[in-house]
Amino acid sequence: MVAIINYGVGNLSSIQNMFKKVGVPAVITADLEEISKAEKILLPGVGSFDHGMSKLTQSGLLPTLEKKALVERVPVLGICLGMQMLTRSSEEGTLPGLGWVDAVTKRFRTDLKIPHMGWNTLEIKDSSSVFKDMDPTESRFYFVHSYHVVCNHEADILAQTSYGCCFTSSLNKDNIFGTQFHPEKSHKFGMKLLKNFGDL
Amino acid sequence: MLKTRVIPCLLLRNKGLVKTVKFKDPKYVGDPFNAVRIFNEKEVDELIFLDITASLENRKPNLKLISEIASECFMPFGYGGGVRTVEEAQALFNLGVEKVILNTAAFENPKLVEACARLGGSQSVVVSVDVKKSFFGKQEVYIRSGTQNTKMDPALYAEQMENAGAGELFLNSIDRDGVMHGYDLPLLRKVADAVRVPVVACGGAGKLEDFSQAVREGHVSAVSAGSMFVFHGKHRAVLITYPSQEELARVLP
Repeated sequence: MVAIINYGVGNLSSIQNMFKKVGVPAVITADLEEISKAEKILLPGVGSFDHGMSKLTQSGLLPTLEKKALVERVPVLGICLGMQMLTRSSEEGTLPGLGWVDAVTKRFRTDLKIPHMGWNTLEIKDSSSVFKDMDPTESRFYFVHSYHVVCNHEADILAQTSYGCCFTSSLNKDNIFGTQFHPEKSHKFGMKLLKNFGDL
Repeated sequence: MLKTRVIPCLLLRNKGLVKTVKFKDPKYVGDPFNAVRIFNEKEVDELIFLDITASLENRKPNLKLISEIASECFMPFGYGGGVRTVEEAQALFNLGVEKVILNTAAFENPKLVEACARLGGSQSVVVSVDVKKSFFGKQEVYIRSGTQNTKMDPALYAEQMENAGAGELFLNSIDRDGVMHGYDLPLLRKVADAVRVPVVACGGAGKLEDFSQAVREGHVSAVSAGSMFVFHGKHRAVLITYPSQEELARVLP
């Protein structure tokens, strides 16, 4: 069972709908007991960094989530702001991030329109886990964000995308995964990714 | 590289889909769920649903219908029609709607744009700008499904809506709606050059080349169309279609 963490940020039903479509059991939950039993954790998020971090802190779920991610080491997937929250900090806010991955979140420095919104492609570094059996030339994903993650260790970069510069569009450190794009809004490409995550 | 978004715009009337010409003569083109399923299979970039009679009839968004549509939508999905309060916007976001589209209410209460942007981020708030030539030949912004002239200049209004917090503008030419002879390029350029946020062009697309013209000469960030995706041939037989990624890549940056 995948626990889609409901801490009051973002639209979670589209994520659950897509898990349902690919046959992966998933619940939207803020229940400590349910989260404790979960085999996987999905950390969603839209909106601003500080808003997301303070909502997550207020939810009282943090100690349980940290135990799942760092002690039990179940697979964790952060989506969009959820991925940025995995990092140490963000230029968008002043609150510290979760720091589960040695990375920071920075604002785009480009003359192109911000947010980076729409469909873009990936350069996949490792296609053994969540990007298993995906054709990088055909796959495209939906993005909408003004900030992006910068990993301090190149080995944590799972995929990169070009928008003015090259940025980390997916990361992986041990059991922790992140995607800057929205798999739940990315047709069969996102379905494949969520199915792969479900199969980990 | 970021691809130019190509967005089917579907019009809801009661519980069915229709297509209009110059915002009039709605012709029934089918059931919304069926259309969503087909557009899903064709992997469209994004979908826009507009309930074209909600504001006129003073109706709220039909949340049950929208929720059913949203559960079938595996792409970004925008909804407009009858949204007048922050609570309604929140309810739509909760159902899985990516973008809330404001038209009449944004003109009457620009603070609503700001409040919705605070709620879901500015990228989730689209202001739809319907433009028509008035009796005196001047292009002006209309509200209430094109029935009421605000006397506002489109570019000036676009700037105001950007300042109010809109993350995107949906620019629709009423005079070109359903005509399929190309977008109003001077209008697109005038508005797109006046703002920093993305502008989506709508009204007039009849062929793929119209999309590339809108981007190259109209300076818009994305293109939308209705008739082109629901009608086929000169007799306008109903057929839901969407170009392949290869076809789009040939004409679009």
